[in-house]
Formats: sequence, C-alpha cells, structure tokens
Amino acid sequence: MIALGVLVFIVTACLLAPVYANSIAHVNPFPANVQGTIRLGGKTLSVLQPSSVGLGVTPIGPTWNFSTYFLGADPQGRDVFARLLYGGRVSLLIGFSSAIVCCAIAALLGMAAGYFGGVMDWIVSRVFDIVWAFPVLLFAICLSVILLTSGINILFIHIAAGSLLLPILIIAVVYVPYVGRPVRGIVLTLREREFIQAAIGSGASDWRILRKEIWPNVAPTVMVFFPMMVAFNMLTESSLSFLSVGVQPPNASWGTISNDGLQLLYTRPWVSIAPGILIVLTCAALNVLGDGARDAFDPKAKLRGGA
Amino acid sequence: MFSFIIRRLVSAFFVMFSISVMVFLIFFATPGVNPAARIAGRSASPQVLAQVSAEFGLNRPLPIRYALMMWHLFFKQDLTSYVNIGVKVIPQITGAAPVTLSLIVGAAVIWLVVGVALGVVAAANRGKWIDPLIMFGGIAAVSIPVFWLGQVVSLLIQRKFHSVFSWLPGSGFVPLTQSPWQWALHLLLPWLTLATLYAGVYARVLRAELVNAMNEDYVRTARAKGLSERRILIKHALRCSLVAVVSLFGLDLGSLVGGGALLTEVVFGLPGIGQLTYTSLLNLDLPVIMACVMYGAFFIVLASAIVDVLYAYLDPRVRVAK
Repeated sequence: MIALGVLVFIVTACLLAPVYANSIAHVNPFPANVQGTIRLGGKTLSVLQPSSVGLGVTPIGPTWNFSTYFLGADPQGRDVFARLLYGGRVSLLIGFSSAIVCCAIAALLGMAAGYFGGVMDWIVSRVFDIVWAFPVLLFAICLSVILLTSGINILFIHIAAGSLLLPILIIAVVYVPYVGRPVRGIVLTLREREFIQAAIGSGASDWRILRKEIWPNVAPTVMVFFPMMVAFNMLTESSLSFLSVGVQPPNASWGTISNDGLQLLYTRPWVSIAPGILIVLTCAALNVLGDGARDAFDPKAKLRGGA
Repeated sequence: MFSFIIRRLVSAFFVMFSISVMVFLIFFATPGVNPAARIAGRSASPQVLAQVSAEFGLNRPLPIRYALMMWHLFFKQDLTSYVNIGVKVIPQITGAAPVTLSLIVGAAVIWLVVGVALGVVAAANRGKWIDPLIMFGGIAAVSIPVFWLGQVVSLLIQRKFHSVFSWLPGSGFVPLTQSPWQWALHLLLPWLTLATLYAGVYARVLRAELVNAMNEDYVRTARAKGLSERRILIKHALRCSLVAVVSLFGLDLGSLVGGGALLTEVVFGLPGIGQLTYTSLLNLDLPVIMACVMYGAFFIVLASAIVDVLYAYLDPRVRVAK
C-alpha cells in the first residue's frame, strides 16, 4: 500500500511538472540559463557563481525553497528540481511503454512458440537464446550507438535519431527473452491440458484457442512480470542515459540529469544524487508491487510461503 | 552423456556464430552507417573515403568481410583496431581481462556469502520482524542503479568522511602480482558496490526457495525422524535450494566476466573488459567490439554449460531424470 502511494505520488508530481515550472518556480528548465539571476532573501544572486577555487563557475546550490531553484542549478544554470520533474516524465514514459512493448512482443512470441511448436518454436527459442547470451547492457549500447546516429529508416518506418521511441524500442527488445521464456514454458504445459485438447477437438481455430483459452492463463504471469519489467527498464534507461547513449537532449531523464551532475559531484552533489533517489524509490515501489501481484495472482505461493 | 556434450558444443557454437553475425550486421549493414566515414574523419573528401574503404577492405561484399574479420580474429590472431591504427585487438583483451576478473571474483565472494547468509536468516526467522526487513533490503538493493551507488559511495568516502577513510586509495587498478594489499584496497569499493546489487537478488531468491523447500515431503520426513529445525534447514532444505542459487550464480558470473560489469568499471575508472567494450562501441571500433563480444559470449555460453553439469551434481533428482 505504501509502495502504491509512493508510486502514485511520484507519477503525479512528474505529470504536474509544467504546473510547477510555470506557476510556482517560473522557470523554463530546458534552455541554458548561464546569465540568469534569482532573488533570494532580498538579495539577487547569479545562478552560476564564480568558483571559490581556480577558474570557472559553480552553479548555485540547493535553496530548499520551492519557489526557486529548490535543488540548485545544473552546470548550464537550469533549475534542477524542475528538470527532475520533467525528466521523471521521460523516465516513467520509457519505463512503462517499453515494458508494455516488451511484454506484448514476449507474450506473442512465447505463445506462438509454445502453441505451434515445430519450426516456429525452434526459431523463437534460438532467437531467445542468442539475445540471452548477450549481456543486456552491452546489447542495448550496441543498438543505441548505431540507431542514435542513423535513426531507423526501414521501408515506411522513419524514426528520427533523437526520438524517445528509440530507447523505448531498444530496451523493450533486449528484455524480451526474460518474459518470453517463461510464457513459452507455461504454454508448453497448457498445450497438453484437457481443455485445450477439447477446444482443438471441437474444431476451434488456432486464433480462437490462443485468444480464448491460452491467453487468460498466460495473462497473470505477464501481469506479475509487468511491474518488475517497468523497474528493470527504468534502471536500464538510466544506465544508458548515464552513459550518454540513452535519452538525447533536449529531452532529459533521471539518467541524463545524474550524468550532468557527475562533474559537480564534490561541489553540488544534489544534482547527481537526487535523480538517483527518485530512481531507487520508484523502482523499489514497483518491485514491491510486483511481489504483491505475485501473491495476488498465485495464492498458492502465498499460502505455502506463510508469513 | 557423450551426446549431451556434443549437443551442448554444437549449440554453443551456433549461439556464438549468430552473435558474431548479428553484431557484424548491426555495425556494417545498418543503412546510413558508414564505417569508412568514421575512420576517415568528419570532413574527408570522397577520394579519401574511397582510399580508406579500399585499405580496410570495406568495399568488398559483406560475407567476405565477415569471413576475413573472423579469420584474422581467431586464426591469424592479428586483427587490428580501426581507431588506434596498428594496435592489435587480442593483447587489449588479455590486458583488460585480469582487471575484470579481479573485480568479479572479489565481488562474487562477498555477494555469495552475504546473500546466502541473509537468505537463510530470513527463511529461518519467517514471521518475525527480521524477515520482512531483509526482504525489503533486498528489494531496495535491486532497485539501486549501480552507477549512482558508485557515485554516492565515492562521495561519502572521498569527501564527507574523508578523514575516517583516508587510508582508502583513490580509483584505479593495481595488479595483484604487484601488490596484493594495494590490489584489494583499490578494489574494495567497487567490490562492495557490485556485491550490494547481487546480494539482494540472492537473498530473495534463496529465501523463496527455502520457504518452498520447507514444505516438501523430504523435509517432513526429516522432521518425522526428529531432526532439529536448524539441521533440517541447513542440511536438507539448503542443499536443494542452492540449486537455484547455483544456476543464477553461473549465469551472472558469465555475463559479468563478459563485460556486464561495465557500469561499475566506468564509474570507478577500472580499465576492464566492460570499459574496453564501451569505448570501442562509442568509437565504432568494430574489430575491438567484435573481439569483446565474442569474448563475452564465450563466457556466457561456458557458464550455462557448467551450470547444467553442476545442476546434476547438486540435485540428485536431475541425475535420475537424465
């Protein structure tokens, strides 16, 4: 319950990002604000202050004042808190939509492989094996490095190189075997069950059996995987963005903000630390929800687990 | 058993071959990506581009280029980098491998000990406050981005509590052969960072397995024999539950040795395989990418084979089934 509350709170806060930026903080967190100043306690301070040591400037630190630069500024003088809210929209969007895409592809492939068997099963299983044998992050970086320079131009599909769709698709694809393998396993055992045999015997079409008989039995498994996949995907997104091969500017995500703050780690740690805290909170909440979903859909496991 | 090994070898070869083809196609056959342009630089004239293409054999048909690359990588072992012209790829890998191995072995020892201990403690104390606490700790550990944990740890140690931890050296790597003490000191933080994540996973998996095992028939038999709860948990349930941990461990180890610890290596500035793969990917240095990926895939395939054998050793039921 607490987990759901945390998640709803974070999602709502991020959805309200424009409200915060326009009505409370009066900032635009995207263009650089190198010359900017803020009013604080009657004094006017510049957003980028001369560094105390050597050359260069240090962005202003946290003011702990919600109306202006709550968490300070990043190296380009932008409001970190407002950016966090906007970045959260991107991170959550990528997490959820890539989990949807991933579970959809995995369910389709897993069900097709398990139900039809034969050549179909062989091909799908081998593809899963191959993707599985590739460290997830390395595979994602491989795809990102290429696709972020060229975009996708296959037949009538055109996705620009900076589009958010790219990280969504890449992350979805690399995780397909994680869901697809268990789905295939379940369908393999279902295939032998009497009610499926009865459906085949009564002349139902493959499509109908898959939709009416198999899917309702596979859906709970996919539902249990879903929150965990969102968490996995958000972690992967933040790692990719941190390595600068994920979300591309002008878009920001929690990973890119953390990366922006890396050079300020010792002077303005909050720029880097705050997005991490949000990632941990969101992912922990999703994982707790995933646990709850497993208990809810698999009462036997809970009964046996005791406590 | 013999046919089992043969089948495994064939499938391992197949997986590695497919991965090499896939990587090759990703980097050479994606429309709009021209390796020659990368090598020659941004403002290269068409003549220079053509010359570079010819020199690196990029104007030949794809299958021939693939075969040549594999020939140089595996048989002549003189494949050279596209970016650092003339630098051979294989010494780069053999130079980076000990760093990654040092990181993984130390971290693996820590996370196995901590993860198994926490899992057993949680399962033994089911229904008390300590069980949900450990399980929540596990969830939190799984939810932390490694790169962020690395940053927080170095921030705390090098800045906030520097006076307390002044005996800890900065980032970098000291070979084991040079000074075992310095080797361990330099790797301590990366070890702990990497181990945190995995200890959480292992504690959770082991607890779930133990709880299931405690409901099995053989546990009821052991209880009926009058053995103590503690003995049943450690001697009977744990042995069977370790099967899941062993298979998980093998696969994790394989992917980490093959470059999966990239983030930890990048954050702590360790020049290992993950770091090497990452830089070569950013430079589109295909020969290095290919070598790193083949190296990584080899360990993953090897690990899953070893896991299968260990499976049979730990769980007698599997042996009977085969």
